[in-house]
Amino acid sequence: MAERNANGPADDGTKLVPATGRLEVTVRQAGPIPLDAHFHCDAGELLALVGPSGSGKTTLLRAIAGLMTPREGRIACGDDTWLDIEAKVALSPQQRRAGMVFQDYALFPHLTARQNVMVALGHLAAASRAACAERWLARMHLEGLGERYPWQLSGGQRQRVSLARALAREPRALLLDEPFSAVDQVTRRRLQRELARLREQIRIPIVLVTHDLDEAVALADRLCVLHGGNSLQTGDAETLFRRPASAEVARLLDRHNVFAGQVVEEDGARWLRWGALRLEVAQGLDRLTPGQRVAWYLPDSDVVLHRGDRPARGERENPVLGRITEMVVLGGTTSLALAVEDADATLRFDISTHAARRSGLCRGAAVQVSLLAAGIHLLPDEPPGDTR
Amino acid sequence: MDWTALSVSLRLALLTCLLLVPLGVWLGRALARAHFRGKPLCEALVALPLVLPPTVLGFYLMLSFGRDAPVGALWQRLTGEGLNFTFSGILFASLVANLPFAVQPIQRAFESVPPNLREAAWCSGLSPWQTFLRIELPLVWPGIISALALTFAHTLGEFGVILMVGGAIDGETRTLAIAIYDRVQAFDERGAGIMSATLLLVSFVTIGVVYGLAGRRRWRRG
Repeated sequence: MAERNANGPADDGTKLVPATGRLEVTVRQAGPIPLDAHFHCDAGELLALVGPSGSGKTTLLRAIAGLMTPREGRIACGDDTWLDIEAKVALSPQQRRAGMVFQDYALFPHLTARQNVMVALGHLAAASRAACAERWLARMHLEGLGERYPWQLSGGQRQRVSLARALAREPRALLLDEPFSAVDQVTRRRLQRELARLREQIRIPIVLVTHDLDEAVALADRLCVLHGGNSLQTGDAETLFRRPASAEVARLLDRHNVFAGQVVEEDGARWLRWGALRLEVAQGLDRLTPGQRVAWYLPDSDVVLHRGDRPARGERENPVLGRITEMVVLGGTTSLALAVEDADATLRFDISTHAARRSGLCRGAAVQVSLLAAGIHLLPDEPPGDTR
Repeated sequence: MDWTALSVSLRLALLTCLLLVPLGVWLGRALARAHFRGKPLCEALVALPLVLPPTVLGFYLMLSFGRDAPVGALWQRLTGEGLNFTFSGILFASLVANLPFAVQPIQRAFESVPPNLREAAWCSGLSPWQTFLRIELPLVWPGIISALALTFAHTLGEFGVILMVGGAIDGETRTLAIAIYDRVQAFDERGAGIMSATLLLVSFVTIGVVYGLAGRRRWRRG
C-alpha cells in the first residue's frame, strides 16, 4: 500500500473517466449577483477562477453545474449544450453530469465513505456499485476506510471521498470549489500534489475556484481573473503577471507597480516620461501619440537591484535612484518599498533575503535599480491620479 | 376500566399521527426551504394552537363544524354526517390542535440540513425524489420521530378541545382522558386511578419505543 501511495493511483496509465470536449461558458446577468463572464476550458486543461471574496467565482461554478440559472448565457461542454437561455435550453444538474467538489465537501453524514461514492454510481448495475466504489476509494488512497462515516475521517480524507464521489459519476467536467481551503497547510500541499497527478489521467475540463493566487499558479494551466462577476482577463500565469490587461487586474494579482506617465518624443525617439525621469520602453510606445498620458506597469521581477561590487544584468537600462522606506523579511524573500523622489512614486519588489543581506540593505539606505525596458507594460487604462 | 375509551384514544392518536406527520414533513420542508413574504404569518398560524387555550380553540372549531359553517357544510355534503359530536369531528380537531407539534420539529430538522447536501445529491445524479428519500429523509428522521412522539402523546392527553367538539359520547368521542374526568366526577377514584395508570403506561411505552427508534443511528453530524 505504501508503494502504491508513492506511485500514485493504482491503475496508472488508464483513463479514469471518458474524455470529453471543451467547456465554454458565457454568463451574463445584472442581478441579484451581477455576472459578466466569458471563458473556456479545454478537455484535460485546468482553469483557475481567481478573485477576491464576492467576485462571483463560486456563483459561476454553480452556474456551470446547473445549480443556478443566470438570466443570459450559454454553457456547452463538447457537443452538448447545457444552457442556452435564448434557445430555452437549461439542463438539470443531473443531466449535465458535472462532478462537483464543494468547499466543505458536502459529504452525506448518514452514509459511509463507500456509500457516499455509491450514490454517484447510479449509472451502474446495483450489484457492481460497491466494488466500483471501493476501486474509487483505493485510487484516492482511502483503502480500508470505506466503512467509516464522514465524522470519522480527517479533513484530507473527506476531500478525497468528495473527489472520488465526483469522479465516480464519470463526469463530463470536474468543478472544484476551494477544495483545499478547509485543511491544514501540510495536507493542502499533499492534496495539491495528488490533484496534479490525477490530472494526467483525466481528459475532461477541470475548473478550480480559489482565492489563493499561489495555488492557482501552481496548479492551473490558465487563470481567469474575476472581479464583481466580470472576467477581466484569462491567460497563463506568465502573461497575466507580465502583461496584465488593466491596472485592476494588476491590483487583483497583488501587483503594485502601476504608475502614471507620459509619452514624449525627444532625441528622435519615443520615451516614457515618469516624473523627472525618462524611461526607455521596449514596445508599445509607437501606437501612442506624443504628449499622451498613460498608465504603465512593471512586474517586480523586472526591477533589478544594482550591486556595488560588479555590474548587474541590464544595469544601463533605466537606472533609477531610490531610498528604502520599507523592508520586510518573509522567510526566503524580502519585500522592499523604494521611494523614487524623481517620480514622486513608490516602487515595490521582492528580492531574496540572501541577496538583501549580501548587499547590506537596510531602511533609509539609498540604492540604485534598473527598470528593464522589456518589462515596462503600457496599460490601456486612464492613468491613476495618484502615482503612489 | 373503560376499554372503549382506551380504544377511542388509541385510534385517535394513531390516525392523527398517520395523517399529520406526512403533512408535517411536507409543510416543515416547505417552510424550512422557502423564503417568501408571508412566511412569518404562516409560521404564526401553525404555532397558534400551541398558545391558544384549548377551550378557545375548541370553541372556534365547534363553530366552524356547525351545519351552517363552511367546513361543517362541506363535510355534510361529502359524507352526509355532521362533524360535531362525531369521531371524524374530534379527529379534525386533533389534527388542528397538533399541527405545531408535527410541523415544528420537522421544520427545525430540515433547517439543520445544509442546502449543499441536496445540491451534492443532484450533482451525483439523484433525482429530486431520490434526493428526498435517500438523503433528506434519513437526515431529518430524528425530527420526524420527535413529531411522532409529541403528536401521539399530546393527542392521548388532549382534553379541552375534544370535550368542546365531541362531548363525551361513549365509543365515539369519549377518550380516556375524558373518561377519567367523568370517573372523578362520579367519585369513582379507583376507576380513575386505573385509567390514569393505563394512560401513563401507554404514553411511557410509546415514547420509549419512539425514542429507541430515533437513537439507533450510527452516524452523527461531524
